[in-house]
Amino acid sequence: MKDMGLDQRPEQALYRTHFAQWNERIGAREPVWLRARREAAFARFEAVGFPTTRQEEWRFTNIAPVLRVPFQLAAAWPECSLPDEWLAPYREWAAHHLVFVNGHFVGEIPADGPAWGALARGIRALLGEEPEIVEPHLARGAEDASNAFTALNAAFLTDGAFVRIPRGTIVETPIHLLFLTLDAGTPVVTHPRNVILAEENSQATIIESYVGLGDGQYFTNAVTEIWAGENAIVQHYKVQRESRAAFHIASVRIAEERTAIVLDFSIALGAALARTDIMAILKGEGAECALNGFYWARDQQLVDHHTVIEHVAPYGMSREFYKGILDDEARGVFDGTIVVRPGAQKTDARQVNKNLLLSTNALVNTNPRLQILADDVKCSHGATIGHLDEDALFYCRTRGLDAETAREMLTYAFASDLLNTIAFGPLRRSVGEWVLTKWPEGGMLKELL
Amino acid sequence: MATPTNIIEELVNREYRYGFVTLVEEEVFPPGLNEDIIRRISARKNEPGWLLEWRLRAYRYWAKLVEEGAEPRWANVTYPPIDYQAIRYYAAPKRRPKSLDEVDPEIRRTYERLGIPLEEQERLAGVAVDAVFDSVSVATTFRQKLAELGIIFCSFSEAVQEHPELVRKWLGSVVPYTDNFFAALNSAVFSDGSFVYVPKGVRCPMELSTYFRINASQTGQFERTLIIADEGAYVSYLEGCTAPMRDENQLHAAVVELIALDNATIKYSTVQNWYPGDREGRGGIYNFVTKRGKCLGRNSKISWTQVEVGSAITWKYPSCILIGDNSVGEFYSVAVTNHHQQADTGTKMIHIGKNTRSTIISKGISAGHGQNTYRGMVKIMKGATRARNYSQCDSLLLGDKCGAHTFPYIEVHEPTAQLEHEATTSKISEEQLFYCRQRGLSAEDAVSMIVNGFCKEVLRELPMEFAVEAQKLLGISLEGSIG
Repeated sequence: MKDMGLDQRPEQALYRTHFAQWNERIGAREPVWLRARREAAFARFEAVGFPTTRQEEWRFTNIAPVLRVPFQLAAAWPECSLPDEWLAPYREWAAHHLVFVNGHFVGEIPADGPAWGALARGIRALLGEEPEIVEPHLARGAEDASNAFTALNAAFLTDGAFVRIPRGTIVETPIHLLFLTLDAGTPVVTHPRNVILAEENSQATIIESYVGLGDGQYFTNAVTEIWAGENAIVQHYKVQRESRAAFHIASVRIAEERTAIVLDFSIALGAALARTDIMAILKGEGAECALNGFYWARDQQLVDHHTVIEHVAPYGMSREFYKGILDDEARGVFDGTIVVRPGAQKTDARQVNKNLLLSTNALVNTNPRLQILADDVKCSHGATIGHLDEDALFYCRTRGLDAETAREMLTYAFASDLLNTIAFGPLRRSVGEWVLTKWPEGGMLKELL
Repeated sequence: MATPTNIIEELVNREYRYGFVTLVEEEVFPPGLNEDIIRRISARKNEPGWLLEWRLRAYRYWAKLVEEGAEPRWANVTYPPIDYQAIRYYAAPKRRPKSLDEVDPEIRRTYERLGIPLEEQERLAGVAVDAVFDSVSVATTFRQKLAELGIIFCSFSEAVQEHPELVRKWLGSVVPYTDNFFAALNSAVFSDGSFVYVPKGVRCPMELSTYFRINASQTGQFERTLIIADEGAYVSYLEGCTAPMRDENQLHAAVVELIALDNATIKYSTVQNWYPGDREGRGGIYNFVTKRGKCLGRNSKISWTQVEVGSAITWKYPSCILIGDNSVGEFYSVAVTNHHQQADTGTKMIHIGKNTRSTIISKGISAGHGQNTYRGMVKIMKGATRARNYSQCDSLLLGDKCGAHTFPYIEVHEPTAQLEHEATTSKISEEQLFYCRQRGLSAEDAVSMIVNGFCKEVLRELPMEFAVEAQKLLGISLEGSIG
């Protein structure tokens, strides 16, 4: 095979320029340890290179369109105040909001009510004031050496949310991390990184939203790390509503200690190309995790979810439920792996992926995998792909609904049984509304509901 | 009283029954592979020029793959690199019989010991056998009787001589030599195999079967089977295989091509019992096989049934390409891995025609240090309206050092298609065992019953003669390996 020199990969050159720019901009303002970690991460990125469809993990998702765009590193948002309409959709939520614009922390809107005891701040600000708090948790060993995007995110580690729920604290108010990207004319790239630490016996709900303002093209390359200590309970929702031209590539890494419980719910509605990697490691005995996901793609959207649940310790339990709707020329990819390591006896793992295909030109790739290396386990997976039930459609027609409404209603019903499990009411209602807007002209269903 | 543990030890340590070597004078080619060897194989078989050309094209393609380092590595199996220049590509008994009666008595005895008598009158009525010994077919029974119906059942070499037009038309039409690394190798060096042609409207009155035996050392076996069922024809074909016990690994890279025209049905059953290697994982056959069927005609049907208990490594994906409207593909598989055996097996169902249906039932059983992988693909192309697939892959784990893996790929381009896929992994539960024991069954019988029950959906697809053998084999490979 021919030696692929670095210069033959021009798409990496752009990020090399970014890296030089970024180092210059940051200058000596960052701690030495962070500089070292970022440089190591960039070296890792250079070594791995961008994935191609010849790699198993990226077989169905060609990232060439992302690499073709000459993105600029997003600059910090210069204004101090946020236009009201940006936040309007979330005003009703009784949540603690941290707002980021183009990847930079701009402010927070605290929830009303009693003091809550959690730490939730922008990483950049913390680095300036109390770097020792974040130092042990930023761009550390959890990085996956083979993932170019995670490495890139670490190399450009700029900002994001740092959330720490102290031991024994139950935070009732959900923490909402809102990432807005503006349509500024030139396409920008952001590398947000979030760290969520739930210490022993703590409980919290975290919502991550990625929202595009306008129809601009940009690239979000996000990484979220969730550490759940002993007995901690974490609910994590990621709602992706990027602009129609945007690219969204994200990794969520979850590590669970003994009897911790983590729910991760990934909702993907926007972006031209969206890829989310979710990896949960059940390190402690009796840890539980639930990975839920909902994706709806139309036009030429591509939505890809890759999940890995790794059972390392005995008595673990995992439940995974992903549902997808594909219309027009959209493509949906689901790749879910369950690994049971030797010794992880009495593991109980279940995975289900259901897809609804609404158009002849839509495509679904689903690859559920089991890798079982312990014997005393119960593992199963199921996958279905189908279209709307003709009998159900007929029934709706006999009740006087027109064909279009009937179809919408059944499609909505397909989505709702999963979406209705969202525990935080305001989010559940908002997601329901956002799902409706996937129909052109808002759908006929809106009036009926 | 025999405890479960004792029973396992006893059964798991049971010797491979077919591991003997036949002393027979063989003509062998020197190890190594180059164009000369291929010319020699072709000359030995007195092949027409087009076939030699085809072999050479395949060889050049394969050599290119070797150069590019394109030997497949994606399967979930590990083995040291194979030295393709250390293998002998041709080995054949020197005495070539002209008729059944002239078969070398040593070889005849070999097949008797394997339970495959070559005398027609002794054979279970209703099964015709083609016996392949190393690189060549040594005997084919019941040819006369089949010929009366117009059915051609003979060795591949004979088919090349006697029915070149059929061979030329269909050879490589399902598995072209460019298909994969091992198919290319096979296309270059294949030495023999079986050929079946069932003419229009004929229902083959007996089971056709090929029994493959590797005997010579340092050889590889590269056979090629081609089965054509013309319009409205039906044929059921069985395949069995064994090899002597040796410390070296031997390569078996076969290609099987099935073609079903309008309304034709082909049922292909395999009981694969190549030498699996010893308890420490030394020796054993590398079984790297490409099997594929094309349902070309409307309403055609191809059904694969396999019981894989042997081989050190199995790499095999019997597939169906469903081209004709309303065609049906089926895949039933039991794969057992014990000791250090590794299996990466499954199927591909490609739906192209309308209303095509496929069913996949795969049962994997792992014991000892065995690693068992189901790898499958279901692909529904645009225009395959109302295509239907049901897949079920279950794994049973006996012991805590083995592994079971499932990698199904599903790709759907057609909204009217319906697919369901289910997979489970579990072990024999203490409760099930306890229940059986308190009903008076011995531990051994209980396990055997549960394992057989687990595989039943597949075993009942086998023709009767094979089902009995398969059930016995399962017993030998597994019974009681719990505890």
